[in-house]
Amino acid sequence: MNIHDPLSASARAGASAPILDISGLAVAYRGGAGWTQVVRGVELSLDPGRCLVLLGESGSGKSVTLRAIVGLLREEGAKVEGRVRVGGQDVTSLTSAELLRMRGGRVGFIFQEPMTALDPVFRIGHQIAETIVQHRGVSWREAMAKARELFDLVQIPSAERRLQAYPNELSGGLRQRAMIAMAMSCEPELLLADEPTTALDATVQIQVLLLLREIQKERGTAMVFVTHDLGVAAEIADEVAVMYAGRIVEHGDAGQVLLNPAHPYTRALTNCVVQGSYRDRRLGELTGSPPDVSRLPPGCSFAPRCISRADDCLRTEPARRDMAPGHDVACLHAGSLSASRPD
Amino acid sequence: MLLYVVRRILYAVPIGIGVTFIVFSLVHIAPGDPISALLPNEATQEMVDEARREFGLDRPFLVQYAIWLGNAAVGNLGTSIGSGRPVATEVMSAVGNTFILATSAGLVACILGFLLGIVAGLWRDRPVDHIVNLITISGVSVPHYWLAIMLVIVFAVDLNWLPPLGIGPDRSGGWRPDWAHISHLILPTIATAAIPMAVIARTLRASVVDVLDQDFITTLRAKGLRRQSVLWHVIRNALPTALAVMGLQLGNMLGGSVLVETVFAWPGTGFLLASAIFQRDLPLLQGTMLVLSMFFVFLNLVVDLVQSATDPRIRRT
Repeated sequence: MNIHDPLSASARAGASAPILDISGLAVAYRGGAGWTQVVRGVELSLDPGRCLVLLGESGSGKSVTLRAIVGLLREEGAKVEGRVRVGGQDVTSLTSAELLRMRGGRVGFIFQEPMTALDPVFRIGHQIAETIVQHRGVSWREAMAKARELFDLVQIPSAERRLQAYPNELSGGLRQRAMIAMAMSCEPELLLADEPTTALDATVQIQVLLLLREIQKERGTAMVFVTHDLGVAAEIADEVAVMYAGRIVEHGDAGQVLLNPAHPYTRALTNCVVQGSYRDRRLGELTGSPPDVSRLPPGCSFAPRCISRADDCLRTEPARRDMAPGHDVACLHAGSLSASRPD
Repeated sequence: MLLYVVRRILYAVPIGIGVTFIVFSLVHIAPGDPISALLPNEATQEMVDEARREFGLDRPFLVQYAIWLGNAAVGNLGTSIGSGRPVATEVMSAVGNTFILATSAGLVACILGFLLGIVAGLWRDRPVDHIVNLITISGVSVPHYWLAIMLVIVFAVDLNWLPPLGIGPDRSGGWRPDWAHISHLILPTIATAAIPMAVIARTLRASVVDVLDQDFITTLRAKGLRRQSVLWHVIRNALPTALAVMGLQLGNMLGGSVLVETVFAWPGTGFLLASAIFQRDLPLLQGTMLVLSMFFVFLNLVVDLVQSATDPRIRRT
């Protein structure tokens, strides 16, 4: 029960088996015109204690992938194929009861909008304590004491008073901290964060981000962090996976992917970022708009917007292949392009 | 919270006074002279003037209002022109009878409406939702006096299971919780409860559907809460709306239904109001309306307070 257990990242990283292993994940939703495939063949693996950032535009399937990890799509009427393993447990074959034990217990979830993601008519302390009681079977008093400790962990001042507060009585930053406390309440091995800083003010954003990174490193919790913000990714990621139109197009260590991107899409993204010393330089831009996933062209999904497009891109769908150890990319011409980065 | 309670109670005072004024003036501007209903047709002008003086109808309007309000404040609602008995006594006995019917119908409407609404909302667009929809649509669409007549025809006349009218077997004694009295209560209860039940069920269904669509439900599921616990969150969120609707429906029922009480000859406020109107019994009409509207003001106050106790967001404003 000691939540300040200094289980270092290195101690956990020593464990060999990946905490998260996704293979062949495909998700489809029923729309007006039949099934729409929003995630297509996602392969991912994450070692304990590591932080993976899923990067992509709106509609690229990153949030859906995250929800699939805890089986939340099952109840939404989505069609989910493929295999998701969390710490060796196959999520797709779990019973409902086992799934409930895993959610909140082994896997914590942080949502984007802390205003709407907390129940407005229950006190914050209640919402954290009920999670602990559910998973740990402790008394309400013990759970509240634990919630109090968690508020110290996420650095919420006047914890006693804030536990008794309703969500609307707290600022956005405090609400998101409370949300993190809730996600961490049962000491999960894996933390899933769905754009947890997007809805916050810029100054609060960085505080929450640093707090999250600190907790994640200190506790050795593995984390999948979804964002569309490259700056946020650079701040927190050990590894980065870039998603486009429901697929992972590039994956590797944060340094490799963000500083030396191989996929034209990742490159276009990194060119769109304002960088300190480039005052009078023209900002890169990404022409076109994200594809309609219900009507994807044959071949590479990014081809219509790609500045390095060749004829075969429109015919052949690229598979992921290794560029360097631990760095793979789904582009037919990635290797030949990397030398000539357009500046 | 305490500040809110005090403020809300203070608000009720001007509302209550305004209501008394409206009640008094509405009855006054209504056409028809109470004296002409009281006196024989061949009465002389002197007899009419005498009667007007006796009932204080010759005074200026505002003076009449002030006197009436002053008397009402100490519980004196005047004397019924029709029966010659104190209005307060007549109204209180009618309120008691309506209260019995309203309590029984209110319980049925709230419990059934609550259950149907929750079930329909949780299984939205499933067969059970369609069945509930059918029931509630019928409930709000069927005129309650027609339903009352149908109930009498089927269960009292054809099947002879239940008594068709009255509050009990003997007209003399008060209401007692024995089968003879309860059997008289069943049909009026169904007729009175039908509409409120449907309204409550429909409001609650909409409220549950709305709550289920909100983000925090996903949070609750993502943190592994059991179905029952999630259901409790849903109910707690739908509760303020449900309570408001229930309170207002209960207020309607306490007002007594003129039509249902007339069909079943139930000696409640609706029945009393109807006879006061037919007899142009001004003091009785004003007294009954006053008591009923005070009920409404009071009930709205209670609903607001209960609602603020269940929803922390209301207290802040």
